[in-house]
Amino acid sequence: MTEGHAERAARFAGDEPRAHWHDQALWFMRAKRDRAAGAVPEWERLRTLASAIKAHTRANLAEYLEAFERNAVARGIQVHWARDADEHNRIVHRILSERGVTRLVKSKSMLTEECHLNPYLEARGIEVVDTDLGERIVQLAGEPPSHIVLPAIHKKKEEIGELFHEKLGTAKGLADPKQLTEAARGHLRERFMAAQAGLTGVNFAIAETGGVVVCTNEGNADMGTSLPPIHVACMGVEKVVPRLEDLGVFLRILARSATGQASTTYTTHFHGPMRGGELHVVIVDNGRSALLADETFREALACIRCGACMNTCPVFRRSGGYSYAWTIPGPIGAVLATARDPVRHGSLAFASSLCGSCDDVCPVKIPLHDQLLARRRDLARRGALPLGKRLGMKLLGWVLRSRLVYELAGRIGRALGRAAPRSLLHGRWNVWARQRELPPLPRESFRDLWRKERGRG
Amino acid sequence: MKAALFVPCYVDQLYPQVALATVRVLERFGVTVVFPEEQTCCGQPMANAGFASDAEPLARRFLEVFRGFDAVVCPSGSCTSMVRNHYDAFLAGRPGFDQLKATTYELCEFLVDVLGVKALPGRFPRKVGLHQSCHGLRELRLGSSSERIEPRFGKVEGLLRAIEGLELVQLSRNDECCGFGGTFAVVEEAVSCLMGRDRIADHVKAGAEVVTGTDVSCLMHMDGLARRGGLPLTFRHVAEVLAEALEAAQPAARHGAARAGEAR
Repeated sequence: MTEGHAERAARFAGDEPRAHWHDQALWFMRAKRDRAAGAVPEWERLRTLASAIKAHTRANLAEYLEAFERNAVARGIQVHWARDADEHNRIVHRILSERGVTRLVKSKSMLTEECHLNPYLEARGIEVVDTDLGERIVQLAGEPPSHIVLPAIHKKKEEIGELFHEKLGTAKGLADPKQLTEAARGHLRERFMAAQAGLTGVNFAIAETGGVVVCTNEGNADMGTSLPPIHVACMGVEKVVPRLEDLGVFLRILARSATGQASTTYTTHFHGPMRGGELHVVIVDNGRSALLADETFREALACIRCGACMNTCPVFRRSGGYSYAWTIPGPIGAVLATARDPVRHGSLAFASSLCGSCDDVCPVKIPLHDQLLARRRDLARRGALPLGKRLGMKLLGWVLRSRLVYELAGRIGRALGRAAPRSLLHGRWNVWARQRELPPLPRESFRDLWRKERGRG
Repeated sequence: MKAALFVPCYVDQLYPQVALATVRVLERFGVTVVFPEEQTCCGQPMANAGFASDAEPLARRFLEVFRGFDAVVCPSGSCTSMVRNHYDAFLAGRPGFDQLKATTYELCEFLVDVLGVKALPGRFPRKVGLHQSCHGLRELRLGSSSERIEPRFGKVEGLLRAIEGLELVQLSRNDECCGFGGTFAVVEEAVSCLMGRDRIADHVKAGAEVVTGTDVSCLMHMDGLARRGGLPLTFRHVAEVLAEALEAAQPAARHGAARAGEAR
C-alpha cells in the first residue's frame, strides 16, 4: 500500500503551529476574496455567465481552437499543436535550440509545471529562470509550487531569507519581505537583460481575434516578452474563449477570486510578435480531450486556475499543497489528478469532508465536491478501494437492509459498549477515539422509547 | 398536519433524546407525528464512501417505507440532503419518488417553510454558538453560505434568534466545516481533528456556552474533541434547544416519552 493523502496530510497537520499559520495565511486570501467579490452586486450572475461560456466553448472546442489558429496565424503568430507533455517539451526545445537560445526567462505557467518543462530544457543545456517571485523562490529551493497562485505560500519569510542568503548572497538573517523582494528584483533584472527568449503561460486565448492574454501582478511576463525577441506562450486547449467581449466576464472574476484584487496589475494582450521578433503559441492537449469526453468530469475543464478552491478548502489549508502529490493541489487538483489516473491518485478523492465550500467559491461553478463524490463511486466500481472498507460497507449495508437485524445489532453493540471498560473502547484500535471521546451509549434506542410510550396508545 | 419522522440511524441508536425533542417540537406546533418503524438508514454512509451499490437497496427501501406521507421530517441536514439531492441516481423515475423528494424536510426548514413559524414562545437564556453543518447549508441552502454573494438569510439562525434570552455569539468563521465528513473523520483523522479543534476554539473565543446545529454527527465529533480536551462546552442539537425553550414557556406541554429520554 503506497502512501496516500491522509498520511502526507497527517505529517503536515502534525506540526500544529505551522498548520495554523498556513491556514491563517490562506484564510486571509479567502477573506480578501469575499470582500472583492462582495463589492460586485452581480457576482453570482457573472459566475453563471462564466460557467455558461465555458460550457458553450467546450461543446464547440474544436471549432474555436481552429478559429483561434486561423486568426493567430493571420497575425503572424506561429501556432504549434502538442498531443502530450513530451511533444510539448520537444516543440518548445526545438523552437529554442533552432534559434540558439541558451537563456530563457519564464513567467508563471502551471502547464509547463504539468509537463515538467524546466528539467527537460535544463538537461539540454538551456538555463531556465522562473521570474515570478514565488516561482523563483521554489525554483531556488528545488521544489515544485505548493499552490497555483501562491507557489511559495508554504515558506515563512525567515526560510526565504535563509534561502536567499545561500543562493543570492543576501545578508544572513534578513527576513524583511520588502528587502528580500528587492534582492530578488536585482537578481532577476540581470537574468531579464541576458535572456534570449521569454516563455509565458496563457490565461485566455481569444478565438475571434487570434490573440492571447496573460495576467500577472509583477510585470514579469511583460518584461520577459519585451526584452528578448522570441516569445513562446504555452496553453492547454481549454484556455480558448470565443469572443473578445467574453474576457469582460473572466477578467472580472479571475483576480477577485484569486487574490481579492479587482484586477491583476498587468493584463497583457499579445496579438502578434514584436517588430523583428517571433511569437509562438503551443497548444497542448495532454489528457484534456479525454477529460472532455468524460461526461461526469468534463466540467473540470472550465477551471481558470484562480486557486480560490485551495484558499477556501479547510483540508488544503491544514494539509498543504504537497500532500496532494500532484502539480495542481486542492479540490480542483484532486479532480484533475484522479481524472488522469484514478487509482494512483485515488486517495485524493477522499481528501475532502465534502463540505462544498469549493463549489460555492468557484467562479466558474465547477461542482467540485460532487465530482469528488462521483470519483469515489468510480473507484468503488473499479474495485480500487481497500478490501476492509469494501467488506465493512457490505456488512453494514446488509445489516441496514433488515429492521430486525439492525435493531438487534444496535442493541448488542450498545450493550457491549456500555459493559466494556473505557480503556478498551478508546484503545489504539479505535481511530475515532485517538483524539475524541466516544459518545455515552444510551440503554435504549429512540424506537425502544417510542414503542414504550406510544405502543400502548 | 401529519408528518412521518425520519430518524437517522445514529440518532436512533446513540442520541434518542434528539429524536424525542424533535417529536416534542413538532407536536408543540400541532403536527401529528408518525414513526414508520420499518426505517433503518438512508444509506448515506455507504454512498459517501463511494459504495453506491451498497446504498441503492437502502434507497429503495427508504422509498417503500416513506412513500405517500404529506411530509417527511428529519433532524439532520445531511440525511435530508441524501434523499433530496443524492437519491436520483438510485430512484429517478420510480413511482412516488418525486413526491418524496419534494416533501422531505430538515426539521428547521419544515418549521420555517412549511409551518411558517416566525415567533417562538420560549426561553433559552444561554450564549449559543450555531454550527452550520455543511450539507444543510450548501446542499439544502438552509442559509446563505459565506462564499455566495447574496442577501444573507438563515432558517436555523432565524429560529434561534426568535427565542427569548438566547444570545447567538458571533464566530470569526461563520460556516467553516468542523471536519466530521462521515468516513473522512476516520480516513483523514489528523486533519479532521485539527478542523474540529479549530471550530471549537472559534466558539470558545466567541463566548459560547452551548454549541448547537442541525446535525448531531458534527456535534458528536466536536463534543468528542471538546471532552477529550476538557473544555466546558456543551453540544445540543437544535431540536433540543427548541424543545427546551418551548417547554420553558409551557411546562405543561411536556411529554412522557420526553422525560424517559432525558432521564437516561
